[in-house]
Order: sequence, then C-alpha cells, then structure tokens
Amino acid sequence: MTDPAAYDADTSIVVDHVSKDFTLRYHRTAKQMAVAMVKGRDISDTFSALDDVSFTVKQGESIGLMGLNGSGKSTLLKLINGVMKPDSGTVLTRGRIAGLIATGAGFHPQLTGRENVYLNAAILGMTEPETQRKFDSIVEFADIGRFLETPVGNYSSGMFARLGFAVAIHVDSDIFLADEVLAVGDRPFKRKCMEKMQEIRESGRTLVYVSHAAGSVRKMCDRVIVLEKGRVGFDGPVDEGIRYVKYDEDSTKPEDQEDDELGSDV
Amino acid sequence: MTEAGRHRVVDAPLAPPAPTAGLLDVLGRRYLLKLLVRREISARYQGSFLGFIWSYINPLSQLFIFWFVFGYIIGRGTVDKYAVHVFCGLIVVHFFTETFNAGTRSIVRNKALVRKMAMPKEMFPVASMLVSLYHVGPQLVILTVVCLFCGWTPDPLGMLAFALALAIIAVLGTALALMFSAANVFFRDFASAVTILTNFVRFGVPMIYPYTLVDQRFGRFAELYLFNPIADAVLLVQRAFWVGSTDDPDATIAEHIPDDLFVYGVGALVGSVVLLGIAQLVFTRLENKIPERLS
Ligand SMILES: Nc1ncnc2c1ncn2[C@@H]1O[C@H](COP(=O)(O)OP(=O)(O)O)[C@@H](O)[C@H]1O
Ligand SMILES: [Mg+2]
Repeated sequence: MTDPAAYDADTSIVVDHVSKDFTLRYHRTAKQMAVAMVKGRDISDTFSALDDVSFTVKQGESIGLMGLNGSGKSTLLKLINGVMKPDSGTVLTRGRIAGLIATGAGFHPQLTGRENVYLNAAILGMTEPETQRKFDSIVEFADIGRFLETPVGNYSSGMFARLGFAVAIHVDSDIFLADEVLAVGDRPFKRKCMEKMQEIRESGRTLVYVSHAAGSVRKMCDRVIVLEKGRVGFDGPVDEGIRYVKYDEDSTKPEDQEDDELGSDV
Repeated sequence: MTEAGRHRVVDAPLAPPAPTAGLLDVLGRRYLLKLLVRREISARYQGSFLGFIWSYINPLSQLFIFWFVFGYIIGRGTVDKYAVHVFCGLIVVHFFTETFNAGTRSIVRNKALVRKMAMPKEMFPVASMLVSLYHVGPQLVILTVVCLFCGWTPDPLGMLAFALALAIIAVLGTALALMFSAANVFFRDFASAVTILTNFVRFGVPMIYPYTLVDQRFGRFAELYLFNPIADAVLLVQRAFWVGSTDDPDATIAEHIPDDLFVYGVGALVGSVVLLGIAQLVFTRLENKIPERLS
C-alpha cells in the first residue's frame, strides 16, 4: 500500500502503479457457454484497460488527459472518482470530487430532471439546504426549461449532459473531472462550459479535462498526460503533449480556430 | 495564465476515493438514503389513480382470500380468530419477501447510478428494506383495527414481541438482499430464483396452519421448525396481536405459543446479525466488479 503521509500537503491526486483489467465475456448464457466449451473456444478473456499507470497531481493543477478512443481515459477517471477500484496499485485523492464521466451524469432515466438534481447532488455529498439554495442556479445553467418535470430518459443527449454538468459545477468540489463534456451540446453551451471550467480552474480546484480538441486543452491545461493502450505515453508540457498525440495524424488544420477550441469532440 | 490567487488549501486527508466502510457508510448518509426510499415509494404508485390506497387494498384482499378459502370453504380454520392468525403471518411474510425480492433487484435497477457515481452500493438493498418496512404501516393499521374490534388490548410484552419480530425480518431481509443483489449483477437468474424461493416462505411459517399442528405432527422435531427465523417472527407477531384477540388469551398462549418463544426470537435476531456480517463480507468481495458488469 502507498502511504498517504509520503506525499506533500498540496498533493491532490495520486495514481501509483495502477492497473485495471476487464473481463471480456464472449458467451453469456449457459447454452452459449456449453457450445463454446464443446468447441474448445474461450469463454472469457481479460483485457488490460490500464497498465501500471503512475502520476501525481498537485492541488490546482489542470491536467489535459488525451489519447485515442479506448485508451483508458474514462476508466482512469472512474478510478479517480471512486466508481471503480484498481486491481492493483493505489489511487488516493484529497477532498471532494465532482464531474462528468463518459459524457453523461449518473441520472436515473425514470426520474424527472428535478428529482435527479436532488439525488445527484446528494450522491455528490451536498446537503438538502445546500441543494435548495443552489437549485435555481443549477436549473438556470442547464437551461432545460419545461423539461425539468419530465423523466430524463426522454431528454436529448445534449439536455442530459447540460443538466449533469450544471449539477457537477455547483458542487463545492476540490477536484473536477470533465470527460468529453463538450462532445455533446451545442455551441453556446460549449462556450458556457469552457467559461465555467476556466472559473473552476481559477478557483484553485484540480481539473482533469479529457478532450480531443487540442485548442481547448491548450487553453485550459498546464500539463498533458497521454494514454496509449492503457499506459502513460507522455506526461509533460501542454504543447509537446499535443504534438505527441498528433504525431501520426495529418497535421492540425487550423482552418477553424474556434472549432479547434470548442472541439468537434468525438 | 499564471494568475495569483489560484492557491487553494484543501483541509482533507489524502485517501482512497471509493467508499470502504460498507453498511457503516450507509448510516452516515441518511439524507441520500431518505431520497432513495422516498423515490422508490413514489415510483411504486406512479401513474396509478388510486395510488396509495392500493397499499390497503392489497393486504385486505389477501386477508379475505385466506379467510374465505381456508377458514370458510376448506374449514381449516380450527383456531379462534383464524383471520387474525393468518394476517399476523402475512405481515411478516410480506415484509420479508418484498425486502428479499426488491432488494435482490435493487442494484441492477439502479445501474444508471452505480455505473457513474461513487457511493456505497449497500445503499440500494438497505433502501429496499426500508421501503418494505414502510409498507408494513398500512397493514399494521388494518391489523390493529381488526384486533381492537375483537377485544384486543395492547400489552407491553406483546409490543416487545412485535418489535423483535420486525427487527429479525429487517436484519435477515437486508442480509439476504445484500448478498443476492450483488450476485444478481453477475447472473440475473438470481432474481428469478429468489422469486420462486419466496413463494415457499408462506408454507414454512405457522400462518395458514397453527403452530400446534407442527408440534403434534413432528414432536421433538418441532424444535427444528423454530430454527427458522421467519417462523419465530410470525409467532412473535401472533403473540403480540392474535393472542389478545382470542376469547381466552391465556389458553391460547398455553396451547399455541411455544414456551421459550422469546429465547428463539432473540436467537433468531443474533443469527440474522451474524448473517448480515457474512453478507457484508460477500458483498465487499463481489462489489469491485459490479460497476463494470453493469455496462
Ligand atoms: N465495463 C467494461 N467491460 C469491458 N471492457 C470495458 C469496460 N469499460 C471499458 N472497457 C474497455 O476498456 C477500454 C478503455 O475504455 P475507456 O476507458 O472508456 O476508453 P476511453 O475513455 O479512453 O475511450 C476500451 O477498450 C473499452 O472497450
Ligand atoms: Mg471515454
């Protein structure tokens, strides 16, 4: 086990030799499994989503987490916010954590927007009075109008993300995780999100920002970590990191500066 | 972009982000628990015109069926105030099967939350138990009215018996719900199996038949019957409500209530608490793989 006392008082996130495997199940039912066994095929296989990942983040640092689809970014964020535990290694964090993972919030599809705001806020550690106090501001930011009283299962993906982001930014957190938040949502909302995250950053909170949009990472982050097939491929200054991710892509086309910033974040 | 004033001192220890204390964490998050319970209660009658009235209609209809079929047509109702005798059992059986069934499904049903939010997952089976406990309320009202009508007056020992019965089922139900809710994530077959299992519960308790029948038929093996915590809970509730409703309570106790019922009751509670401890251990072992299995 890693000793928390071994780190400085301003350490915000510690990821120490962390690995996470997933089991890939090819066959799920008894019948399929029986057939597979008779034919001598594999029933399941393990897949290493994160492999010996280590880094530490200081309070107030803003990290751009980059890498191709499937490189383990969302998995890493799930370990940092405590949804999952690593198979080996240690994750340590300091203070409250809020944010969005894999674009969506943890909302219950059958509950209305209003109910979900309360539930989500409670899970993130907000008290009832605190939620009541911030409720109007949350709703205003999400800007979902009359849909507040309909089940979130009926929301468009943009509305869903907006409400989730609105709750997350209202939590008085010390660490903020933003996983492809800009991938859904329209242009005005993206701009609003960027402003908000800039605020979060300036308030001295630790920010982990996952994005494919180089421009926004450049604007938002002090450091870039690049994941490659579950391993840390690069950890260092922003510009160098961005160059590192793009090494095998055709060079950046600076046709639309804003698009680069706001991200055609897929 | 290196403005001053970006300094923030966080007064918290560096610690693993995932909740680790299991059921103890649940106790620390009562507001969240309250929200989950309230949500499930309102969800049950969502889109229904009669709404909460169903909570009364349901047990009443069961009471009527048992009274009519067994007490009246088949003529099995050999004990005094047979309907009350049955209803005492029904309350316990309902509380147990609802907790077990809903609790087993609880984590899968809340997968949208479990997948993305860090929270003690024990929250969900515990919430299911509390929802079921909440539904004991209307049944208790009906039972009390019927008993008062039969000339029952509350006695302290009886109320103690009732509280003990609720505690046994609450702990036992939570323990089983905890174990099976985790197992159900891996194989949904568990939920179906639990449904079938709970169908048998009502026949293993002295509800449709009186305990004396077991005593007569099985002699010294009747003791084994009392190792079933649910049977003990049923007898305790009968001690609390049915005994006082009969024409001659003392005779009823002598004839139908086992001598050391309270000893068995306390034993059942202790056993259930031990089972809860084991359930927590099992749950903790399975828990790590739950979020990834739900996606
Ligand atoms: N629950 C899961 N079960 C099995 N494999 C998973 C699961 N979640 C993620 N993976 C796999 O782990 C890898 C990393 O996923 P993810 O962290 O979502 O990548 P990214 O966010 O960088 O696109 C992917 O190959 C994905 O298929
Ligand atoms: Mg992702």
